[in-house]
Amino acid sequence: MKALVWHGKEDIRCDTVTDPEIQDPRDAIIKVTSCAICGSDLHLFHNYIPGMLPGDIMGHETMGEVVEVGSGVDGKLKKGDRIVVPFTIICGECDQCKRGNFSVCETTNRKSHLAEKAFGHTTAGLFGYTHLTGGYPGGQAEYLRVPFADATHIKVPAGIPDEQLLFLSDIFPTGWQAAVQCDIEPTDTVAIWGCGPVGQMAIRSAILLGANQVIAIDCLPERLSMAEAGGATTINFESESVLERLEELTDGRGPEKCIDCVGMESHVMASLPDTLLDRAKQMVMVESDRPHVLREMIYVCRPGGIISVPGVYSGFSDMLPMGAFMNKGLTMRTGQTHVNRWTDDLLRRIEEGEIDPSFVITHTVPLSQGPEMYQVFRDKRDSCVKVVLKP
Amino acid sequence: MFHFSNIVRTKGDPKILAGGPSLKRPEDRLARALGWFSVGLGVVEFFAPRRVTETLGMEGHETLVRAFGVREILAGIMSLSVEKNAGLWARVGGDGLDAAALLSGLTADNPKKGNIALALLMVGGIAMLDYRAAQDTKPRRPPRDARRKLYPNRSGFPKGIESARTAAKQIAAHATAGRT
Repeated sequence: MKALVWHGKEDIRCDTVTDPEIQDPRDAIIKVTSCAICGSDLHLFHNYIPGMLPGDIMGHETMGEVVEVGSGVDGKLKKGDRIVVPFTIICGECDQCKRGNFSVCETTNRKSHLAEKAFGHTTAGLFGYTHLTGGYPGGQAEYLRVPFADATHIKVPAGIPDEQLLFLSDIFPTGWQAAVQCDIEPTDTVAIWGCGPVGQMAIRSAILLGANQVIAIDCLPERLSMAEAGGATTINFESESVLERLEELTDGRGPEKCIDCVGMESHVMASLPDTLLDRAKQMVMVESDRPHVLREMIYVCRPGGIISVPGVYSGFSDMLPMGAFMNKGLTMRTGQTHVNRWTDDLLRRIEEGEIDPSFVITHTVPLSQGPEMYQVFRDKRDSCVKVVLKP
Repeated sequence: MFHFSNIVRTKGDPKILAGGPSLKRPEDRLARALGWFSVGLGVVEFFAPRRVTETLGMEGHETLVRAFGVREILAGIMSLSVEKNAGLWARVGGDGLDAAALLSGLTADNPKKGNIALALLMVGGIAMLDYRAAQDTKPRRPPRDARRKLYPNRSGFPKGIESARTAAKQIAAHATAGRT
């Protein structure tokens, strides 16, 4: 089969690889009908997250049709079923899964010793996302083996196009969880840093959860226009001061809720010296992340407010203003997404026409063009916001 | 390369049968080679400055050579990173400094001036490669004033934003009523 394979920094190739096989009775194989490039795939493309090996298949936003099931899938899936594959692999049986904390499933990371060393405890296995999270082959391929398939799936009905359902795999529940974690009240202003795909979903989620005002921060006109279309007031940080505009828009109080949809690769600008220093330190590997957004959020957030962090951070961040964080009594909530905790509700909202996540797709191309699209997406060429690949 | 990666694959996981084309262009490979060259030269300059100054007949300038070594290492690391273009331009600037330093040692009474001339020739050649690589690896991001597609009609709410806001308000009102 064809698959997008990681060969090193900025080197992804469309290779011919062997087809996946059932390895465990709880496995299923799906024929991929649609998959997507996620913003967090770019961290792997840049080799900022340790634990990738040449030959790893990329991709964790995938859906398709079940073509083979293992003997232990227990009737929960059958050939021909149409499923979206959540990016977090879950067993559905461990203590964390029973609590709904699916992204920290204690069973599914087959290389848990690496995660324990890096994070202190293991987290769930993830598709196509380094050997720290199991080294599972990803879904930017023609076929995908889904481990623990009896639990790791979202069954979806026929009649709704892939484009509306695909993002149940990651970005839609990720944006949703980011907003839910904010405990949004009807009087709240929610400020969202980053208008990439997760930021766009967080904007819509904050609206659906009843925020009084949603403010979106980015520098790319196409992303800001999409944010505005979704009901946000926008701030272009290249032409305006984020701090001043947020003060202005909240009558000097600061936003009650802040969401970081940027993560470890925040924009580097000469006018923001901390971003230059972070970049230099990241280059010589004395700091793994560029946490400018975290610093800014802690500074502007209204005392007593909540900071939600769906953006990916990989290791160590310097110069976080813990004094402001502590004295303002802020709360920070973060984590990989507990996808299956949210998907029943989100699927219902899609079915009822409350939201159509396909609005974010700007490019649809065959899988074979995937490697070039990584570059287009990274460079923000052709006003690219979200790429869907068709195997 | 993929034959090695196939060996370390977990049993049963897909293995590469035939590699597709690489995204790496010749200029990316040149940038990488120059990056490693820069790191190597920097290490030599930093750890063996006396050998360098003796070869060039410029004894007494060890501190300067060591500082140039640090500069070479940093420029090399930059050239090997995602920001390779900045690293390569830093190398072009560094080549200028190298040439200036070498010229200052090209005096009639320097018995090693032949070595200096050779070093200048090398710096000139490397500078041409650095310049070429820097030109060819320019970031392909569109310029800030480039014309961009806008998406003002992509709300994502098939029933409209107001309908979404109203539904949210109703849910909040229900929740409040439920609490009282």
